[in-house]
Amino acid sequence: MAMNDVISLLISGLGLAGIYFLLASGLSLIYGLMRVLNLAHGAIFAVGGFVGWAALEYLPVEPDWLRFTAALVLATLAGAMLGILIEKGLLARLYGRPYAQMLLTLGLAFAMTAFLGGWLGHDPLTLKQPAWFDEVTVIAGSRVVNSRLVIVGIALILFLATVVFLRRSKHGLIIRAGVNNRSMVMALGINVSKSFTLLFVIGSGLAGLGGVLAGVFFGSVTPELGTQQLIFAFIVIIVGGLGSLEGTALAALVVAVLQQFVNYYGPPGAGDLVTVLLLAVMLLVRPRGLLGKVAA
Amino acid sequence: MKRTAARNVPLAIAVALFAAVPFLSNVSVPLVFDGPLGSLGTMQIIAVGLIFAALAMTFDLLFGYTGLLSFGHTLWFALGLYLPAVLMVGAGAPFGTALLLALAACLLLSLIIGAVALRTSGIAFAMVTMAFAEAFLIFVERNPTKMFGGDEGITVAGSLLPQAVRGVAGIGTVYWIALVLAVTIYLLLRQSVGSRAGHVLQGLKENPLRVELLGLHTYRFRLLSFVLSSMLAVLCGFVYLLVARVAYPGIAGTDFALLIMVMVVFGGTGRLWGAALGGFLYGVANIRLGSMSTAAFGEGLPQWISGPLQEPPLYIGLAVVLMMLFAPEGLAGLIEKASSRLRARLAGSRRGRNSGAAPSGSGGTPGGDGTETALAASGQR
Repeated sequence: MAMNDVISLLISGLGLAGIYFLLASGLSLIYGLMRVLNLAHGAIFAVGGFVGWAALEYLPVEPDWLRFTAALVLATLAGAMLGILIEKGLLARLYGRPYAQMLLTLGLAFAMTAFLGGWLGHDPLTLKQPAWFDEVTVIAGSRVVNSRLVIVGIALILFLATVVFLRRSKHGLIIRAGVNNRSMVMALGINVSKSFTLLFVIGSGLAGLGGVLAGVFFGSVTPELGTQQLIFAFIVIIVGGLGSLEGTALAALVVAVLQQFVNYYGPPGAGDLVTVLLLAVMLLVRPRGLLGKVAA
Repeated sequence: MKRTAARNVPLAIAVALFAAVPFLSNVSVPLVFDGPLGSLGTMQIIAVGLIFAALAMTFDLLFGYTGLLSFGHTLWFALGLYLPAVLMVGAGAPFGTALLLALAACLLLSLIIGAVALRTSGIAFAMVTMAFAEAFLIFVERNPTKMFGGDEGITVAGSLLPQAVRGVAGIGTVYWIALVLAVTIYLLLRQSVGSRAGHVLQGLKENPLRVELLGLHTYRFRLLSFVLSSMLAVLCGFVYLLVARVAYPGIAGTDFALLIMVMVVFGGTGRLWGAALGGFLYGVANIRLGSMSTAAFGEGLPQWISGPLQEPPLYIGLAVVLMMLFAPEGLAGLIEKASSRLRARLAGSRRGRNSGAAPSGSGGTPGGDGTETALAASGQR
């Protein structure tokens, strides 16, 4: 095991962890607060990836780092807009019926993926990343592709921002309390549904942004991007503990780094399989997950 | 006694209709089927519909009756195709041996995976089962053992199958096998959910805590339901292998697992016949929509409209959204509502002015509310 490989794999793993975190955190908190499993979350992630692709392809903005920033902002806005439409327009009609809500989002996921595929095709579309992204930086003697560093940096900032939001803001307080015991919070006369809408919008925005980062990480976007990554997001959520933001972040690190190392040193597909094995072991040893408070 | 007899009338009619199909070589159903009903092509499509009906019922045992939501049920269906195919094509095992070995392997595997996955419940159970199914898909696609066929799948040559189901003439036999499969699974599951153990399973869905307080081992009953439903799905896979003669990754992944759920929900959860109806309609529609040329759809419209209109999942997805908004009980719910209204009207016309007091509405709704509470309860504990 060469030291060079280890550092570059570690940073790749951190980048992938960031992407998993952006997808999984929203999903986990939305479920934790209102018991809505948003299966369209992956499709929003894919839409974000496509918006990012389109912005990088067509937006007449120079220099290229500014265009990339614009792509991130546009994808976040697109995700957030979809979030508002889905929550206010559809899910609110089925309030208090988590099972019907989940199936509705499943239908949306099918329809949105088909829409993307029918419009833009099912073949991977390559992202026009800023030139600097493909260059390498030497860190502790090992060569690391710059795009990985960008992803790690953005994910870290967003993780800290989410933590601050949850710990310092009024809505964050309601969300944390609601995840713990929703009926108690509602009994105190606090309007949980308002905070839920906000959470849904933020979660969808983060997913949209995550889609662009995933496009950068994998080099291209496909309509199926969301569904593929959703499975790893599920694994991250269970391993971390449902409804725990810190648990999700920790589990994203463990799952992504493990996956990167095994994929590099093992036979094809082994890294993906190992994450499922990790999940099985976790369930046997500690069903509530790393930082979960109650059994899932 | 009388109720049981009345309950069997629709079943008898359905079986008689399906049994008549091979003999109706002059009757054609325009738009729905290309050839006449008795033609081999149409029989093959109906056989697929029957297999999917059976598969949907095995899922309904888990979801509609036990309250266990699996996002990975297709794992068992896929194993039912892949294991015999690998054993026959890769290892040269004879047909019967391959099926027996596959059954034994799946029994062991469903016990192990069930034992692990059932340490969770509710939504976590769904995610875990999805992960296992996806792991199998990854294993098949990346194909590290070089035995699982990768993206192309494993084609089973006719010479490896028994004489009776080989070639074009075999389609007739396979049709009867598919019909027997669907009817057997229906009767078996109806018997199971009506048995004492079945009542415990439904109790688990409605109120797990209470079942536990009665001194019953909820874990064992859940595992029993999981293994039974998984093994019956394996049988569906066996029969589907006879029709498709290829084990392919398209039926192994999360997408197909979620489609099974869509079939059941569309037909009506918690009613075996509803699930069967949903599975049958999906099986037939999927083949027919796939073979119909949709290229003419949306001609002259811009690409962002005409392109998506050619994607079958778009229609499935929108149908599910509409179903959840306007008829969450599925087709079975709609049919039951219509028939009870009809009965009320008939009773009303007999009794004259009393029609307003006649029973109406859905009455028992095993699908909707029970599952809601199971999901909610599992998350809140």
